[in-house]
Order: sequence, then C-alpha cells, then structure tokens
Amino acid sequence: MAELIPLLLQGAWITIQITFIGSILAIVVAILAALGRLSPWRPLRWFSVAYIELFRGTSLLVQLFWLFFVLPLPPFNLELSAYTVAIVGLGLHIGAYGAEVMRGAIGSVGKGQYEASTALNMTPSTRFRRIILPQALLAAIAPGTNLLIELLKNTSLVSLITLSDLTFRARQLDQATFETLTIFSLTLLLYFILAQAINFAMRGVERRLSRGRLRGGLS
Amino acid sequence: MNLWDWDYVWQILPDLLRASVNTLGITLVGFMIAVVLGLFLAVARRSQKAWLSWPVTLVIEFIRSTPLLIQVYFLYYVLPAYGVNLTAMQAGILGIGLHYACYIAEVYRGGLDSVARSQWEAVTALNFAPWTAYRTIILPQAIRPILPPLGNYLVAMLKDTPVLSAITVVEIMQQAKNVGSESFRYLEPITLVGLFFLALSVALAYLVRRLEVRLELR
Repeated sequence: MAELIPLLLQGAWITIQITFIGSILAIVVAILAALGRLSPWRPLRWFSVAYIELFRGTSLLVQLFWLFFVLPLPPFNLELSAYTVAIVGLGLHIGAYGAEVMRGAIGSVGKGQYEASTALNMTPSTRFRRIILPQALLAAIAPGTNLLIELLKNTSLVSLITLSDLTFRARQLDQATFETLTIFSLTLLLYFILAQAINFAMRGVERRLSRGRLRGGLS
Repeated sequence: MNLWDWDYVWQILPDLLRASVNTLGITLVGFMIAVVLGLFLAVARRSQKAWLSWPVTLVIEFIRSTPLLIQVYFLYYVLPAYGVNLTAMQAGILGIGLHYACYIAEVYRGGLDSVARSQWEAVTALNFAPWTAYRTIILPQAIRPILPPLGNYLVAMLKDTPVLSAITVVEIMQQAKNVGSESFRYLEPITLVGLFFLALSVALAYLVRRLEVRLELR
C-alpha cells in the first residue's frame, strides 16, 4: 500500500490542477453568461441562452469527446491537448450551470440597492462591480460550492480522454497490481478529502465576502 | 470532404437508436432503484436512533462527494473478488441507482421536513404506528414539493449514463465511439448523441416546469 500512495497522489495533483483552473474558468464564464442573459441587447441574450442550454443539455462526456475526438479532424483541424480539453470542457460545462445560479443570485439583490446606486449617480458598470456583484457572489456561494464539488467529481471523466488524473492512475495501478479493493478505496477517500477541502475553502471565502456586512442581511 | 455527411448519418442512425434503448432502460431502472432506496435512506437518516442515523448520514455524504465513475469501477472490479459477479450492465445500473439514491434521499428529507410539526405531533397523539403514520399522513403531504426535484434528478441521471461506457456498457455514447472508430468520422455520431441528450433533457425539463406550475395551481 505504501508504494501505491505516491503514484495516486501524482494523479491527484493533476486532478487538483484541473479542478482549480476549471473552477476559475467556470466562475468567470458563469458571471459573463448570467450578465448576457440579463442583457437588454437581444442577440447577446440569445447567445447566452444557447450556450447555457447547449452545455447543460448535452452531457459532459459527450462534450469532452466532441472537443477531443471531433475537433482534431477536418473540417476543424484543431488539436487540443487532453489537459486543455479537460479544463475548457469542465469550465464551460459547470459554467453553464453556474450561469443559472448567478442569474438567481443577481436577481436576489434587493431593488433598493439598484435605486440607491442610481441615486448616488453611479455608472452601470460601477454599480455592478461595487454594489451588485459583491452581494450576488455572497448569495451564490452555497449553490456554487455544490457546483464546484460537482466539477471535482466530474474531473474523473477526463481519465477517459487519456489524461492521467487520479482516476486514470487508479485504473492503471489496478491493472498492474490487482490490489483492487485498496486502490479504489484509497481513490474514493482522496476524492472525499478533496471535496471537504473545497467545502472548507468556500466557507473561508464566504466569511471574507461577508466581512463588514450587517448580520441578518442577504444570506 | 463534406462538412456534414447525410448518407453517413442515415447509415449509423439505426445503430445509435438501438443503443439509445439501452440508455433509456438504464435511466429508468436506475431511477426506480434510486427512488425506492432513497426513501429508505431518508427515513433512516431522520431516525432518532444514533446508531442508524449516523452511519447512513456518513454513507450519503460519502457517495455524494465522490465520483460516480469510481463507484461504478468499484462495483465492477472489486466485487468479483468477493464472489459477487455483476455484468457491466448490472454494475452500471446499480452504481447509478445507488449514486442518485443518495441525492434523492436528501430531496425526500427536505420534503419530510416540510411537513408541519403539528402533523407529527398529531400522529403521535393518535398513537399511530410509525409505518402507518408515514404511509397515510406524512408521505401524502411530503410528496408534492419533491416531485419537481425528482424530475430534475431523472434528467441528471440520463445525462450521466455515458459514464457507464467506461465499463463497456454499450449505451448510446459507447456506440457512437464504436461506429466512429470504424470509419474515422466522429463528427456525425458524437454530434447526434449530443442532440439526443439535448432533445430529451430540454423536453423533460419542460415537463418538470409544467408540473411545477400545475402543483402550485392546485
């Protein structure tokens, strides 16, 4: 067992990288798509709805396979590494779910906040950046945490497009050593620990974002 | 080379449709497992007896925060060493059913918690047996708010079935890869599979929204 752990940890490191970079992409995309959906400009709204429905509706593995197997062939001829596909695929997939969370969160910011920012003569971009977004992010943390854990769990699928993440390593070690029970139990445990780490980190973020806010406020 | 080859589409469509029957079957059987098992898990988790509620809580949280793919590997590769031989299809259905049972248990728990406390007190005052109380008083009231989330999990399960291709279950995604590898054309098969999931999940999501509206109108 002692010689299994370092190899599994190597895979876990890839999983952590994919989860971290994928999460950042997902959060940025979610905010942009939510704004797009709420935009008064119709083409932008349609584009955002199309993106959200497409990536929520077509199953992650199909999306990863499409990016990995279809894009390198003509007429696209765009060859991405498995690592890039993993980050882009997971980021866009979870970003589409996150957009709906963000839309709800932006909608939950009180109307008075908009009126007050207008009364203070803020430009729309200042209003969004300084007043609306900080409150919306706080409201989005609880559902957002669940989505980030979904993202972590979904990283296991990148093993099927040849990326040597934790799941890939587990399968490889299993085939080489036949210590099936130990390997898969350890793997499950590692994923569980990573999920708890996300929980813990997000609680920290929540504390930070709510610093200086009155109790009994938004969340 | 054509961007999109319709002849090829017609040629592979029968194979994909045959495999889509498997996808739908896995989803439905898995959903039935999840709905039944989830109820038992939810009731056990809410139990007053710590020896019951604690382990069940732990199992639910553990399964919910670890990947379906590894759980399916576990059932398919670990169990045979202990004399339990499942086919890929059985392991897949069981795996997806167990995974979603833990999500659905939380839906039931929310539903049960939403039943007013006075109902529980009345049931106790009238000296109902626990099972009779659940069956005749509590569940009928708890069921309405849980129907839409159950529908959402049905859609989520459908979209998770491609994961089972990793243990050689021939569902629609695996079939698309097979036909694609024969002709080295992946664009059509994988896009068709995407459209299949998109159409079904948009349709099901629409039905869930209709259900929500109807339940609120009553």
